[in-house]
Amino acid sequence: MTFNSLENSLLAEIAAAGDEQAIEAVRLTALGKKGSVSELLKTLGAMTAEERQVKGPAINGLKVRVTEALAARKAELKDAAIAARLVAEKLDVTLPVRSSPAERGRIHPISQVTDEIAAIFGDMGFSIAEGPDIETDYYNFTALNFPEGHPAREMHDTFFFHPDDKGERKVLRTHTSPVQIRTMEAQKPPIRIVIPGKTYRQDSDATHSPMFHQVEGLVIDKTANVANMKWVLEEFCRAFFEVPSVKMRFRPSFFPFTEPSLEVDIQCDRSRPGEVRFGEGSDWMEILGCGMVHPNVLRAGGLDPDEYQGFAWGMGIDRIAMLKYGMPDLRAFFDADVRWLSHYGFRPLDMPTLFAGLSS
Amino acid sequence: MKFTLSWLKDHLETEATLDEIVERLTAIGLEVEAVDDKAALKPFVIARVLTAVQHPDADRLRVLSVDTGDGKAPVQVVCGAPNARAGLVGVFAAPGTYVPGIDVTLSVGKIRGVESFGMMCSERELQISDEHNGIIDLPEDAPVGTSFAAYAHIDDPLIEINLTPNRPDATGVYGIARDLAASGLGTLKTAPVEPVAGKGATPVRLTIEAPELCPGFALRLVRGVKNGPSPRWMQQRLIAIGLRPINALVDITNYITFDRGRPLHVFDAKKVVGNLTVRRARDGEKIMALDQREYELTPQMCVIADEGGVESIAGVMGGEHSGCDENTADVLIESALWEPLNIARTGRTLGIITDARYRFERGVDPEFMVPGLELATRMVLDSCGGGATDIEVIGYAGHTPKTVSFPLSEVKRLTGLEVPKDESLSILSRLGFTPQGAGETVEVTVPSWRPDVDGKADLVEEVMRIHGVDEIAPQPLSSHGAVNGRILTTLQIRTRAAKRALAVRGMMEAVTWSFISARHAELFGGGQKALKLANPIAADMSDMRPSLLPGLIAAAQRNADRGFGDVALFEVSGTYEGDTPDAQRRIAAGVRRGTARLTGAGRYWAGNAGPVGVFDAKADALAVLEACGAPVDRLQIEASAPGWYHPGRSGVIKLGPKVVLGTFGEFHPAALAGLDVSGPLCGFEVFVDAIPEPKAKPTRTKPKLELSAFQAVKRDFAFVVDRAVEAGTLVRAAIGADKKLITGVNVFDVFEGAALGEGKKSIAIEVSIQPVEKTLTDEDFEALAKRVVDNVAKQTGGTLRG
Repeated sequence: MTFNSLENSLLAEIAAAGDEQAIEAVRLTALGKKGSVSELLKTLGAMTAEERQVKGPAINGLKVRVTEALAARKAELKDAAIAARLVAEKLDVTLPVRSSPAERGRIHPISQVTDEIAAIFGDMGFSIAEGPDIETDYYNFTALNFPEGHPAREMHDTFFFHPDDKGERKVLRTHTSPVQIRTMEAQKPPIRIVIPGKTYRQDSDATHSPMFHQVEGLVIDKTANVANMKWVLEEFCRAFFEVPSVKMRFRPSFFPFTEPSLEVDIQCDRSRPGEVRFGEGSDWMEILGCGMVHPNVLRAGGLDPDEYQGFAWGMGIDRIAMLKYGMPDLRAFFDADVRWLSHYGFRPLDMPTLFAGLSS
Repeated sequence: MKFTLSWLKDHLETEATLDEIVERLTAIGLEVEAVDDKAALKPFVIARVLTAVQHPDADRLRVLSVDTGDGKAPVQVVCGAPNARAGLVGVFAAPGTYVPGIDVTLSVGKIRGVESFGMMCSERELQISDEHNGIIDLPEDAPVGTSFAAYAHIDDPLIEINLTPNRPDATGVYGIARDLAASGLGTLKTAPVEPVAGKGATPVRLTIEAPELCPGFALRLVRGVKNGPSPRWMQQRLIAIGLRPINALVDITNYITFDRGRPLHVFDAKKVVGNLTVRRARDGEKIMALDQREYELTPQMCVIADEGGVESIAGVMGGEHSGCDENTADVLIESALWEPLNIARTGRTLGIITDARYRFERGVDPEFMVPGLELATRMVLDSCGGGATDIEVIGYAGHTPKTVSFPLSEVKRLTGLEVPKDESLSILSRLGFTPQGAGETVEVTVPSWRPDVDGKADLVEEVMRIHGVDEIAPQPLSSHGAVNGRILTTLQIRTRAAKRALAVRGMMEAVTWSFISARHAELFGGGQKALKLANPIAADMSDMRPSLLPGLIAAAQRNADRGFGDVALFEVSGTYEGDTPDAQRRIAAGVRRGTARLTGAGRYWAGNAGPVGVFDAKADALAVLEACGAPVDRLQIEASAPGWYHPGRSGVIKLGPKVVLGTFGEFHPAALAGLDVSGPLCGFEVFVDAIPEPKAKPTRTKPKLELSAFQAVKRDFAFVVDRAVEAGTLVRAAIGADKKLITGVNVFDVFEGAALGEGKKSIAIEVSIQPVEKTLTDEDFEALAKRVVDNVAKQTGGTLRG
């Protein structure tokens, strides 16, 4: 076989090798101990110097070219094998994945709005106080200046427990105001607290529920007055409803535990069905009751009304949640319908803060 | 409290418009709830029927030709009224008019083939009375083409205020006028009530046997009255505010009730037997009241009785027996004072709401008792004729006015308002208060009609509301001068953390009722008497819940019944172990139903979700504890959960021998049957308030992180143990073998099989080993493995599986 035809034949074999094994076979044929190229190399020793000078480079060149061809083919085959594996491993990436639990879970609007309230009042230097749902008549009424048998008590549609051995009957608190007294008993002024919690009245329709949630506020020091109260409540409403400004109307009213007492309306636009916009429009909507803490309430809390003064307010958490987020029916709050929770609930990682916005 | 604009103007001289009056009423604390400016009645005009012919196709219909006074051709109207006739002057409504009484907007219609271009109206169709026997039939001279409402004086705007319970003075139009006048919106017409001189003593004697319930009573007889209909103007006003005119005597009492906030009662004197007594009712005594219902009375209630029995429930409602009707000739007029709380209690007990009760329970003006009776007498004489006897006043000791020492600076102190001293004093005077003294503190005498005012703060409110709440400029609350610290208590933080931790686990937060049915409460360890409501809103909402689980399980079932069976719900709220504050617990609880597992529910191409079970609940419970900062590495799990759990698939989470931090598991079939629900279901409760308060740390610096330079390794062991041996015990034994080197033990396989022997199981663990001082040699590992095997054998009796 001529030199050239050996090279051509080897290169053709290399090119034809379809896998690693075939390549190895070709390598042995050419470069193995008895391989054709190895045999040629062996012939160099017997050659004259002149002959070697001519044939040496040729044979070595052949060896180099065959070796390179072998390596190139090997790499080629490896790439092909990877390509083939990748093709075989192909998956249908349009198949659905499981959603993240954090995306499925929901925080109830009452919890979320309570957190929003805490964020706002926390910024104004308030802390959060709580109290029991089952109250004594004293804390729920008497200490709050509801005289025995007064019609104002009747307006509360109170849930009662059976009388105990002493004839006293506990009540389900009708408002969060008992915590005012409990706080005054426990700490000296200055007091700045908000009191979110469950409250109960014997009432049930689309906007009344036998159980509902209120948030009470209480400020007591030596100077707090109606002007401060107006500021606190306006700031709260502006921040809570997340509008640049709100217009509020303070109307004289009556509550046993405040004097003077005021009810507060907020200006809004209700012309779009199912939607309330604050900071615009020409409707007034009642949103909360407030007033200067009644001297008798301060006394019940162990404070001298000529030394200390302050204001308090109360509003429905469920109600302001409904106003802000547009739930039409209060009863649905307590039904635990997962469709409702999924729609009106909040994602667990959406935590209300002032620095990142309450709800956006 | 309702009244009309013209009625208000009886007492208030004012140029103010309706809008101004309405706005001012709200601004001074008399919140306007509704205003009807009667614009709806404008389209109804007086019209004359020119001809009336029989409808060709209907016996009871006539076809009218009506002159509506607009100068155009007469219009054709089909009418079914029996009194429709040529020459009748009535009230016409053109097509396009909304007719309130039938709630229809008229259009051109065809009635039995004849076109009708409008309607002749009855009083009921205009909602001015219940009259519907025929169309309105006006006098001949009624001006055709003009507004019927103006002609009939029914265009008087109606105002309704939502009166707060502290303002008895504003239960009468006069009192409302006084408030408006004080606020500068006109002048109060203050003409005093002219007394009517009586002739002779009142022949009926009245004795007060219950002076504690009746601090005064005034009575007089008017003989020879003719009790027909009351004057038309009075009827119109009463109708306008929603009262039904009855007869002159009754209408006068109702009128004065609203005009002056002074309820009165009239007895037909001929029906009164002997003398009258004000006394407590006898137990079980009955009365047929004016509402035609019989009431059974108790000695807590006050009555007016004659010798035949109870004639009236004092201050609440009169009796039918001695009521006045068209045959009444002699009338006894009562103007009395009643103890407000007793009236409130009586009305509430009997379930009677009347205009009299509304006023007496707020406290009527005692000084108007006699003038009210004089006013009533005058009106009775004017409307019904007759002659009055002298007024008898029984038991009235007179009114002792309250005085309040009022530092004028209180206005500024409480409201921030700068009101000049003279203005404050003037406001009080205009409201009927009498301030005396020239200094900074004045003695203010409270008028008899303001029982609600008894302190400085009340006077501040009077000045504030009349001066104007809008005058108060908002003032920032003084800054606390520092960046806020933490404002939440540990419990509040944990409550919040528990909610977010569970929601992140794909659960939805529910808020369920604090009260559940007695049956459900008993199933979960509750039901004690102290926690039962005396007046539940529904039978199945009677007991304060001992656990959040029954409410959540029921909620899960409701969702399942709607077609959503795979639900995961949680709640963080209160449960009640007793009726004291410390017996209210703070619980985080959750349930999973169907296949609602952490990774997802239902079928899935890469593997369906299996049914929920005890370990899903356990993972939730531990996640809550971890989020709340409980020392999770020190918790023990015991299989001794309460009876509503599956006894073999539930556990208790404890910290030390005493502190129970939670329970978890699948539920006992009996509990599920009791709740009428089906599974698969699992749930947990974590007692958030039982988690110990974290130790106060002097620094926020975290402990130094020690990273070993030596490679961590893992070794597997499989033990054969008795079936009853708990994995937890085995894991603790393995860790205990070398607390320094062993950093973790993970159970990776548990199985039972015949090959292991009867009552045996295999537990395979992977032990993580972290050398700290040097790389461990084979001998070291062998020694460590031996310690593990020995300790497990010692603690569990387990043997290394061959």
